[in-house]
Amino acid sequence: MLNRYPLWKYLLIAFVVVLGFIYSLPNLYPDDPAIQISGSSSSTVLEPAVLERAEKTLNEAGIAIKAAEGDERTQMIRLVQADQQQLARSLVKDALGDDYVVALNLAPTTPDWLTAIGAYPMKLGLDLSGGVHFLLEVDTDRAVKQRLDIANSEIRAQLRQERLRYRTMPEREDGARQLAFLDAATRNAAQRVIARENPDLQVETDDQGERYVVSFGFSEQRIRELEDDAVRQNLTSIRNRVDELGVSEPLVQRQGRNNIVVQLPGVQDTAEAKRILGQTANLEFRLEALPNAARTSTEAFSFRDERRPDALLERDIIITGDRVSSAQSNFDSESGQPQVNINLDTTGGRRMNDATRGNIGRSMAVLFIEQKPTTRVETQEIDGEMVRLEVPGFREEKHIISLATIQSALGNQFRITGLNSVAEASELALLLRAGSLAAPMYFVEERTVGPSLGAENIKMGVDSTLMGLGLIVMFMIVVYRVFGLLANIALTINLMLLLAVMSLFGATLTMPGIAGIVLTLGMAVDANVLVFSRIREEIKLGRPIQRAIHDGYDRAFISIFDGNITTLLVGVILFAVGTGPIKGFAVTLSIGILTSMFTAIMVTRSLVNLVYGGRRDLKKLNI
Amino acid sequence: MTDKTDEKIINFMRLRFIATILSVVLVAGSIVSLATKGLSWGLDFTGGTLIELVYDNPVSTEEIREQLVDSGYTDAVVQEFGSAQDILVRMPGEDPGLARVLSELLNDQYDGVVEVKRVEFVGPQVGEQLREQGGLGMLLALGMVMLYIAFRFQFKFSVGAVLALAHDSIIAMGLFSVLGIQFDLTVLAAILALVGYSLNDTIIVYDRVRENFRKRRKGSPVEIINVSLTQTLGRTLATSGTTLMVLMALFLFGGEMINGFATMLIAGVLVGTYSSIYIASNLLLYMNISREDLVVPVKEDEVDERP
Repeated sequence: MLNRYPLWKYLLIAFVVVLGFIYSLPNLYPDDPAIQISGSSSSTVLEPAVLERAEKTLNEAGIAIKAAEGDERTQMIRLVQADQQQLARSLVKDALGDDYVVALNLAPTTPDWLTAIGAYPMKLGLDLSGGVHFLLEVDTDRAVKQRLDIANSEIRAQLRQERLRYRTMPEREDGARQLAFLDAATRNAAQRVIARENPDLQVETDDQGERYVVSFGFSEQRIRELEDDAVRQNLTSIRNRVDELGVSEPLVQRQGRNNIVVQLPGVQDTAEAKRILGQTANLEFRLEALPNAARTSTEAFSFRDERRPDALLERDIIITGDRVSSAQSNFDSESGQPQVNINLDTTGGRRMNDATRGNIGRSMAVLFIEQKPTTRVETQEIDGEMVRLEVPGFREEKHIISLATIQSALGNQFRITGLNSVAEASELALLLRAGSLAAPMYFVEERTVGPSLGAENIKMGVDSTLMGLGLIVMFMIVVYRVFGLLANIALTINLMLLLAVMSLFGATLTMPGIAGIVLTLGMAVDANVLVFSRIREEIKLGRPIQRAIHDGYDRAFISIFDGNITTLLVGVILFAVGTGPIKGFAVTLSIGILTSMFTAIMVTRSLVNLVYGGRRDLKKLNI
Repeated sequence: MTDKTDEKIINFMRLRFIATILSVVLVAGSIVSLATKGLSWGLDFTGGTLIELVYDNPVSTEEIREQLVDSGYTDAVVQEFGSAQDILVRMPGEDPGLARVLSELLNDQYDGVVEVKRVEFVGPQVGEQLREQGGLGMLLALGMVMLYIAFRFQFKFSVGAVLALAHDSIIAMGLFSVLGIQFDLTVLAAILALVGYSLNDTIIVYDRVRENFRKRRKGSPVEIINVSLTQTLGRTLATSGTTLMVLMALFLFGGEMINGFATMLIAGVLVGTYSSIYIASNLLLYMNISREDLVVPVKEDEVDERP
């Protein structure tokens, strides 16, 4: 019998539709504007009194509270009106003081039974929700150079230990370090030592007349690894810092080779966000120079608190802060003095041990390195015109934060004592934990979208989508009658499935994404139009009605398939190479094509079958 | 197969030479405009700072421009964004602090309240990167599409489809160049969407051409193409019509931010529809398409349960 689906097909379609309905449902529950209170350090416990104080403050200001919930770490106060959110935040912040972080948030109102089955609303992109977007570029060259500096220090120590005399030479143009030796035998011995102790270095020899030179640098592959590590580590540090900001659903993501994207929904105070993100700090551990040390091997640094006189440190770096795996501040059980307990990773521990074993009684300094962003004005010729350009850059500042005597050989675990105060200890611990970046970064992009602009965008996007949908619905009914009605039902199911799939995948809806939805809706109609006009053609050719319906679907299927697959190809490639808005568009387009193929082919067919299937008495089709 | 020959067949290809001339003129004109006038690249590509301001009363952009020039910002572009109260300031320079300085400056010189609605500071190196990636993506997409069509149809079809695609995108971009509309990332997304739309359109016509070449024993290529175009005309018009309706809704009510996107797509759908009728099929004729190109045994006996 023509045009009858087996029962399992109807069931399958019904199952998908019900599933789509459930998973698109959370999007109907709008988020509550809320403020979120948490302790400024992870160990702070929120006493009930804190919440009471916050609620009292809001009540006094006449800000209506919908509900308060949370645990002893984070409390969320839901507000009734969105435009009071900013005010509420600053009031509560003032009332609670610096021990607490007060952030803006949007609290979901999805019912528990939906979240229990993993149904969450779609996330909104910054252009729809408001907030800030930063693009940071990691200076990976600097990271590689720093690593080579450390290797260089180690090699010189190794050569001294083997009693091989060398002379330092300027860096080669490609960045490789060079050491000169007096004769070929020493040079060869040195080359062997360097190659043995540093398997990740590329060691070359090069004789320039009297000079017997060994040069070493990282291989291309090793450089890429180091760059990767640097970006990854910066990513982790930024995540830690963003957590400090207390933003709900922040996005910290690597983009391309050395860029990092940070999106903070709901944040409007860019200055504060930038201050915390942009504190590109790093640490170095160095030995204090001996009084009789050669001037070329030492460097003078000032202290951060500027009360103490400058100290002379060795040029050689023992380790940098990225070798620190954890750090806590506490008190020495015997003396009661503040101290910081530090854990290093394996490599860091080995290096620290090597450096301190023979130097007990000397002092070791912890240097704090900051990259302060600067802009330099440059005149450049563009299109024959002299244009003043502001070039972003950064200035490096290094200060000593602690200088303490080495009591015994250090390993993976050690402590820094001799700190001035508890505050200094906890700051040092914090910087060691979250503050160390493997490479400096600077801001390449910054976008701020106001919350009102976001709301406006949503409204316009939704309105125009609905309007477009309305026009299509009318058009289809006028042109294709009953079939048009069935197509409209399918179209609605399509929109629902699209939302469900996007919600399930955790895709982010952006403005171009809405445009993508609108476009897929327009194109989804195409599949139906193809089928229906084909059925009309078949009827005109004089086929029996049931045959015409069957052949119409059959023939149109090939066109729909070819057309959609090519568009899908474009969508997938856009997703793969695109960034930001293009990606948002590609996601909705690709998902939309898949869901519209399902609805236009399977769902309308099942509806047509239900209405007309198996009816022999059908003489005329209202199409 | 019973062919009903009383069906009226529109002789589309009668206009093929006029269409060729029209397309050559349009493409050449677009290329000339793109080469001489270029595109007015948006912030995403050039780098710089964009500030959207909301004044509590209508203001004149001329005045704001003067205020900025007086304060030494000679390169600023000031334009209305939707209404006389919404102002968009664009300027070169990548200092994120610039936005604050400017908004303070404008607030000082204005009686009412100026609210900063949006600030974007974009580095030019990202623009470069995106341009490269966008171009690469485009080439990759074209390559994949060519392969797919060559596999599903025949290589003449894949050449025709891609040339028609190039035709459409060049003309759409040319239009943007001539009108001087800002070319930003959403417009780029629109071009890529246009690629998808125009391809879909072309493929559906080609699909029918392939079918008719295999089905009909007689008729010259021109006749077969005319028959195919006539058969698909209803569908082509319905689809372009509905898509245009949706795009018009976006254009009129979608807000300023997707105005460029909607404009580009409306142009794209119009050009795409024209080209799938006249250019894509015409190109097949120029490549001397014949029945022999498509002699693949047609499986007529298969009874499958396709939906």
